[in-house]
Amino acid sequence: MTGNSEDPDDKLKFVGLWARLLNAFSPTGNPGDAMFRGLLFTAALLSLLIVVGMIVALAGQSMLSIRQFGFSFITGTDWNPVKGQFGALPFIYGTIVSSLIAILISVPLSLGIAIFLVEQAPTYLARPLGFLVELLAAIPSVVYGLWGIFVLAPFLRVHVEPPLQSWFGWLPFFQGPITGIGLLTGGVILAIMVTPIISAIVRDVLTAVPSSQREAALALGATKWETTRVVLVNGAPGIAGAVILGLGRALGETMAVTMVIGNRPQISLSLFAPSYTIASVIANEFTEATEDIYLSALVELGLILFFVTFVVNAIARLLVWNVTRKTGGVGRAA
Amino acid sequence: MFRALKTFRITPLLAIAGLLFVAFSCSPGGGSGPGASGSTISLQGAGATFPNPLYQKWLSEYGKLHPNVRIDYQSIGSGGGIKQIKEQTVDFGASDAPMKDEDLKSAAAELLHIPTVLGAVVLTYNLQGVDKPLRFSPDVIADIFLGTIKKWNDARIQADNPDVSLPTSDITVAHRSDGSGTSAVFTDYLSRVSAEWKEKVGAGTSPKWPVGLGGKGNEGVTGQVKQTPNTLGYVELAYAVQNKLPVALIKNRSGDFIEPSFDAVTAAAAESLPTTPDDLRVSITDGAGKGTYPISSYTYLLVYKEQKDEAKGKALVDFLWWGIHEGEKFAKDLNYSPLPADIVKRAEVKINSIHSGGKPLR
Repeated sequence: MTGNSEDPDDKLKFVGLWARLLNAFSPTGNPGDAMFRGLLFTAALLSLLIVVGMIVALAGQSMLSIRQFGFSFITGTDWNPVKGQFGALPFIYGTIVSSLIAILISVPLSLGIAIFLVEQAPTYLARPLGFLVELLAAIPSVVYGLWGIFVLAPFLRVHVEPPLQSWFGWLPFFQGPITGIGLLTGGVILAIMVTPIISAIVRDVLTAVPSSQREAALALGATKWETTRVVLVNGAPGIAGAVILGLGRALGETMAVTMVIGNRPQISLSLFAPSYTIASVIANEFTEATEDIYLSALVELGLILFFVTFVVNAIARLLVWNVTRKTGGVGRAA
Repeated sequence: MFRALKTFRITPLLAIAGLLFVAFSCSPGGGSGPGASGSTISLQGAGATFPNPLYQKWLSEYGKLHPNVRIDYQSIGSGGGIKQIKEQTVDFGASDAPMKDEDLKSAAAELLHIPTVLGAVVLTYNLQGVDKPLRFSPDVIADIFLGTIKKWNDARIQADNPDVSLPTSDITVAHRSDGSGTSAVFTDYLSRVSAEWKEKVGAGTSPKWPVGLGGKGNEGVTGQVKQTPNTLGYVELAYAVQNKLPVALIKNRSGDFIEPSFDAVTAAAAESLPTTPDDLRVSITDGAGKGTYPISSYTYLLVYKEQKDEAKGKALVDFLWWGIHEGEKFAKDLNYSPLPADIVKRAEVKINSIHSGGKPLR
């Protein structure tokens, strides 16, 4: 079917070359397949190019700051644009801790929601509830922020933080003045924003677990709880993916957090104290950053956020991989 | 089965067509360049957010009078405005604080500051049971924001407010977390009235606040003040007026406690006239005159003295002239303080000095 490449005729030579190229893209020799494969390859390549392009742009723009401050940018705790001092540690701390609080609250909550919707709730309840949860995911983050400052922060200040302080005040996490604005409120609002994302994905994951697994467990005399455990272990990799997606959103969330976290670059063990996240400080200070070094420092923060997200995701994946490997098969869990 | 196969074949073709379409629709550049089309002149401006409502009003009013001139203004912040006019990507910039010397030096050509209106910063608070406006002395404000005065019933606050019963609670300070001209004006004021503030913190759009919670924007600070009892914060005068916030009276250098008002702000500008330098870059905080509100400031438009395009330069000059004359009457309705007459005269001189190819444009 293909033209001979040895053929002296130019036209046929070209056809031969074309055929070889086609062959590389589609072993079946079907041009449609080759085209399809080429398109998919381009799409995949594009996502890689965007990531590389972003890193290159961020690194290039932050060169000035990297040269001037070097490693002390990451370990420094003083952020003072007026004096030209830039240290990123308080922002890194605030970003990681607020996201951790969010994940600690939202993972059990989301699992509960998803398990209820898939395993327990009757259809007439599961449908509208599932819809409402997905609706929560669609609310713009600035609306969450406004709600946070007018409803959530006063609520936490009056009804949650005082009892926490009186019961656990001996822990360093619950000391200091109570204002309703701070790391805890930031973490809670993130948890509320992340929960619908995680629970919607976990619900789909659990729905995808074959019914034969449940039937087998029930046939062996397992209770509802034991059956659920079988389903959870089956869905573990998918659930892990959901948590990592949620974590990614929490790390990068800007508007809602900046409204309630207090925007103060400091490292304090107390969850009641104001804090600051990387995304928030970039959003807050970018528009008025006139000096080159100031702008460069903000871009370097962006680069750091990139790496923080990368490292946290890697750690999360490792953890999950470890856990799923240890729990092993369905049999042991049930 | 047949139908499925058919769609499968067509989809990649459609995708390619889509890609080609995107590629072609992107490629023909130019065309819409600034001032390209014959009779309509288009001007681009960008900068400060504070005067944005007024500038938008100006643009729409001016557009009615001059349908052949199209002016756009993007409120991207003073920092962005300075950056863009320096890079000559806009025809005029806008900034609340005057440009620094080194910024002016690194610009491609001489930049002029044209003041347009005045703004002010007010203290607002949330104190239950206090219905009389509070009064503050400058040193007391500085010490509260430095964190040395911690309680509402501190003797120094009480001394300025003898007939107010102040609570024993801690003062929660609220400040802007986003870089803003409001913070710059407020910290400029604090640097003038307190040597300790000047040395420890200094003035800037994003200073390192010794105490307090940061709120994003005027609405973020207001939210924190409204929601948290015993909070003290600062916002723009225009914002406080629109939202009917309680505002404090502040002692000026002549020793009177002044209620923030548009007239008191305009007075502050008028009083500072003798000390205003020729380029009009001036801070009018902590002014001396009687009846002047001490935390006031100009906001400026930034334009090049030498205009490259004569037609665009002429349109820009006409717009600026209209702005500081007819445009001023929109100021008060939108909660800005208009320029005093003497400053308008000084600004006229600046506008008249704008030229193109050695030819004055007015």
